[in-house]
Amino acid sequence: MIVEEIMKRDVITLHKDDTIETAFQLMNTNHIRHIPIIDNDNRVIGIVSDRDLRDSCPSIFTKKGKTDGINNPIEKIMTKDVITVHPLDFVEEISVIFYEKEIACLPVTKDDRLVGMITEKDMLYTLIQLTGAHQPGSQLEVKVENIPGMLSKVTNIIGKHNFNIHSVLIYPYPIDTTYKIIVFRIQTMNPIGVIETLTNHGYEVMWPNLPGMTK
Amino acid sequence: MKSEAVFIYSNQFQNYKFHDEHPFNQLRVELTYSLLKQIGVLDTKHMAAPRMATVEEIALFHDPKYIEALQLAGKGELSKEKALHFGIGTEDTPIFPNMHEASALIVGATLKAVELVMDGKVNHALNLGGGLHHGFRGKASGFCIYNDSAVAIQYILKKYKKRVLYVDTDAHHGDGVQWAFYDTNEVCTLSIHETGRYLFPGTGNVNERGSGKGYGYSFNIPVDAFTEDESFLEMYETSMREIAAYFKPEVIVTQNGADAHYYDPLTHLSLTSDMYRHIPRIAHEIAHQYAEGRWIAVGGGGYDIWRVVPRAWAFLWLEMIGMQDAGIGKLPQAWLEKWHAIAPVTLPATWEDPADLYSPIPRKEEITEKNHQTLTKLLQPLRQHHI
Repeated sequence: MIVEEIMKRDVITLHKDDTIETAFQLMNTNHIRHIPIIDNDNRVIGIVSDRDLRDSCPSIFTKKGKTDGINNPIEKIMTKDVITVHPLDFVEEISVIFYEKEIACLPVTKDDRLVGMITEKDMLYTLIQLTGAHQPGSQLEVKVENIPGMLSKVTNIIGKHNFNIHSVLIYPYPIDTTYKIIVFRIQTMNPIGVIETLTNHGYEVMWPNLPGMTK
Repeated sequence: MKSEAVFIYSNQFQNYKFHDEHPFNQLRVELTYSLLKQIGVLDTKHMAAPRMATVEEIALFHDPKYIEALQLAGKGELSKEKALHFGIGTEDTPIFPNMHEASALIVGATLKAVELVMDGKVNHALNLGGGLHHGFRGKASGFCIYNDSAVAIQYILKKYKKRVLYVDTDAHHGDGVQWAFYDTNEVCTLSIHETGRYLFPGTGNVNERGSGKGYGYSFNIPVDAFTEDESFLEMYETSMREIAAYFKPEVIVTQNGADAHYYDPLTHLSLTSDMYRHIPRIAHEIAHQYAEGRWIAVGGGGYDIWRVVPRAWAFLWLEMIGMQDAGIGKLPQAWLEKWHAIAPVTLPATWEDPADLYSPIPRKEEITEKNHQTLTKLLQPLRQHHI
């Protein structure tokens, strides 16, 4: 999946000479937390977050009435070295940027011009879609040896049971890296048969298992 | 004179049958009927036959294209690709002959229950053939073709203009009914179910509260796997009472899936038969307290059809007619003898489960505590509202 498939195209922007007050109003009316600042050629020259705006205000503990700060141009508080991404970037890669840079929003630029925005929330929503959690299904977690070919062996069994797979995730078994866990969401209310077949083939199916429970 | 309750029944419910190995088996309705007959609590005066739902009635909720597809599929005239588009021809809901007619009868049975209650003929009506809560507007899902409860609730809204509280105690989330009424404040849905972490359908989180006008009218209690009677009852009773007091329903529809029992093969909860006395008891009370007694009850899931469902559903009927005492102690010998020959498991001898039904749950306290937190989260908006 690439960025242009999930980015928002209607981006609310400001110019560097607009006031901090305008930014406040825009954020409140549109329920947003970031506004990219652009020049006349639609190039991103800065970005402001709701936190930048709040930092520019006097504290609630100082004397009231001192709000002239918000008449300043936004340029004074905007972050200038903006991290941007490209519409053709992979969604998985930009999630790493969110994580490592500890930011919540990325303007998307093409030929240096702003074409969209993507937020942490959009990213999270996409991940929910990727896990298939929004479609009716049962979850199966299968522990397999960490060697090539295991996924195809397991999906082959599921395929023989004629179940449609909504999604697959694979992650290393935290306790022992010679194993991996494959997580499937499959479109069925009755996974008993496929669990039985998998168990008969020697796979460990991680079910909602609590220590000491047998059923 | 108005009678207390009516039992909607037909042996034609058996026509809703996917195939011999399928876990959804309507024989459980017959087993319950036979048990109730045996203990002498089902007279002809209690009985009513279902009717067929018309295509127009089914279309109160379902997409006409979907209905047409089912009519074709039942005659073997729908292509495999088209069938899959409508969620049929899958392992869960395979195609079977006359599937439209079999499903329309179940919808009709629930509509009949609605009519008898809403026209003031009876206080309560029971259709154990119904409760197919996973059916979507244009798609079959989780063993369910037509969603009889969703159609019936639309029918109540349209014809009788009453506010409905729908309560779903099936171990699976009542997704079909929830999404059907997600954006209206005329219908309040409450579903208590095993968490969707592993279990089908995966939805039913506490934060699914409705949208638009319906925000605040959808309630979900996902309980942890291995939850036992005590904790389940706390969640169910507390939420029922507080939600009923908030919503003030004019009629109650309950879905009585019996698959949260320890024996049920598809789920991982640890309820005993006793819980199936409490579930209808509280629903009954609420119906009289808020809705002048108007209570329509349907069946639902239940995949241990021998050891669990007949007792659970018999309790429901006994509650409706106020004869709870008829369901204590030994099960009738004649009933056991009639069925033990074809039952693949040993039938229980008593209405109660033995005290050692399962070995103690190792993390009981944690589970109870977590469930309690879920309940607090669920009811927080109502409690704030009332302060």
